[in-house]
Amino acid sequence: MSALQKVMGWVDDRFPLTATYKAHLSEYYAPKNFNFWYFFGSLALLVLVIQIVTGIFLTMNYKPDAELAFTSVEYIMRDVDWGWLIRYMHSTGASMFFVVVYLHMFRGLMYGSYRKPRELIWIFGVLIYLALMAEAFLGYLLPWGQMSYWGAQVIVNLFAAVPFIGEDLSIWIRGDYVISDATLNRFFAFHVIALPLVLIALVAVHLVALHEVGSNNPDGVEIKKHKDANGIPLDGIPFHPYYTVKDIVGVIVFLMVFSAIVFFAPEMGGYFLEANNFVPADSLKTPAHIAPLWYFTPFYAILRAVPPMFGSQFPGVVAMGLSIVVLFFLPWLDRSKVKSIRYRGPIYKIMLALFLVSFIGLGYLGLLPSTPVATIFAQVFSVIYFLFFLLMPWYTSIDKTKPEPERVTG
Amino acid sequence: MKRLKNFLFLLAAAPVVAFASGASVHLDKAPVNLADQDSLQRGARMFVNYCLNCHSAGSMRYSRLQDLGLTEDQIKENLLFAGEKPGETMTVGMTKADGKAWFGATPPDLSVIARSRGADWLYTYLRGFYRDDTRATGWNNTVFDKVGMPHVMWNLQGEMVPRYKKEGEHEVIDRLELAKPGSVTLAEYDAMVGDLVNYLVWMGEPAQVQRKQLGVIVLIFLAVFFVVAYYLKKEFWKDIH
Repeated sequence: MSALQKVMGWVDDRFPLTATYKAHLSEYYAPKNFNFWYFFGSLALLVLVIQIVTGIFLTMNYKPDAELAFTSVEYIMRDVDWGWLIRYMHSTGASMFFVVVYLHMFRGLMYGSYRKPRELIWIFGVLIYLALMAEAFLGYLLPWGQMSYWGAQVIVNLFAAVPFIGEDLSIWIRGDYVISDATLNRFFAFHVIALPLVLIALVAVHLVALHEVGSNNPDGVEIKKHKDANGIPLDGIPFHPYYTVKDIVGVIVFLMVFSAIVFFAPEMGGYFLEANNFVPADSLKTPAHIAPLWYFTPFYAILRAVPPMFGSQFPGVVAMGLSIVVLFFLPWLDRSKVKSIRYRGPIYKIMLALFLVSFIGLGYLGLLPSTPVATIFAQVFSVIYFLFFLLMPWYTSIDKTKPEPERVTG
Repeated sequence: MKRLKNFLFLLAAAPVVAFASGASVHLDKAPVNLADQDSLQRGARMFVNYCLNCHSAGSMRYSRLQDLGLTEDQIKENLLFAGEKPGETMTVGMTKADGKAWFGATPPDLSVIARSRGADWLYTYLRGFYRDDTRATGWNNTVFDKVGMPHVMWNLQGEMVPRYKKEGEHEVIDRLELAKPGSVTLAEYDAMVGDLVNYLVWMGEPAQVQRKQLGVIVLIFLAVFFVVAYYLKKEFWKDIH
């Protein structure tokens, strides 16, 4: 027995190291037919690590103080060794997190990854998405620019629209009557400690649930139905080394895109870093046009699409909330006999295409100042967004599906 | 599919509708070239001479000008007038309250002004001052109406006066004309403002030259790494069918 084996044996008697390694990597059997869309889960994990590591280094020089915050970011950009790189990786990482998460979620919609027995994986995923939105929103206040300030003002004011308690609720959130130093301090605390903990915990349970039931695949058939004499799925291959070497290729392609942005277009034409956010926050000067960052704009467009009722913005806020709450019910709304879009009928394909167009359309409209025509478009798209979910029990049950194969196809 | 096409068409039509409402001022293209160190050095000198009396650049250290090819001695001799040290940031003696009292608004810090305003806006703005006796300073600006800042470089550019044209119901400024020449020609003035804006763009992010150089190396590294990883994956996967 080699020295390494001895050490491993010693550890394994006290901690399930080898067992864990086997369960999650070397003997976790993943379907062999993963395609392009299956890169984004591991990429999301990569971005989470990038955000945490760069975030730790930013925290070493950032000052969560209304008087110092803006300048401390510029200090990082100029006087901290490699500070500009760390900061741009963090700001680009925020947007890229949403890029990969949106693609990851769309993959789930295409291949029915939320269907039985993976309902909890989906629910944990939606919770991750919610936590991610909160994390991004809180973090965006920290540079203390005009968009940080007024964006936070707009979002916190949404809570003020809640009937009866709204005004007190928004003051309780801000810790002041306006966004101020007190708000910055608590947002900082939530951004660097509370929500990262929540995110990591949710990612852990998302993965544990996934590895319990096994991964879905582009055919939407269960590989565990056909096992060999040793109980290994016939269409399964060990995650390590097969998917680790494959994911490295995906990681490199992703890093090329990521680096191209970080090194050559960190502002991404104003979508990742807004020009107005290079003006220090000023509570007396409201910018002419306040747009949230691109990853929130679909929901912002839904908010604005609902007209105020009884002099209150609350119905819009409710619609925006419901547009995310509805995601939790997806596993039970889908009544189709098949999971994957490959074997679905034309109705689902059209509905998914309409949903995609509506979501992107809402995202685009949310960037623009509100005009009567834009509002009509936003209303149409919002209705399609909700109908995709609300009519799903009906249209998935009448849709003509094709028979699923027994085994995965290439 | 047809329904999908209709929706894509509607989507494509949306920006036309949305942008039809807002009018915008025409901006001239700024001659930004961060590889031109002479231009950046001239711009730095103009910045120190003309801007750095009222405007600070509180995140910018004098010593960073060494990135523009200046030595520490050159910086000390040519750009430090009030006993500052090269390691200090570009601050001004004027307080925020003074600025507010004298100009109606505190002159903003210019460290990242090129990132918030954009080079073209600055280039057009600094060439857009004209005589306006209704204003307290005697000056107004084509891209920043009723601006609090006077024309600091008027003795260079000279005095410009507006020529109007009718646009619908309103009179709008068509162009500016030189009424009283300054110490340089208008073409020379444009070149000087070009240098200044070039410098402001550089000052907005002094690391940007290094950033792009490093980016090329990183992308080359990743491209090589990609080839290795691709064939590694192929080798591992050759018995999976």
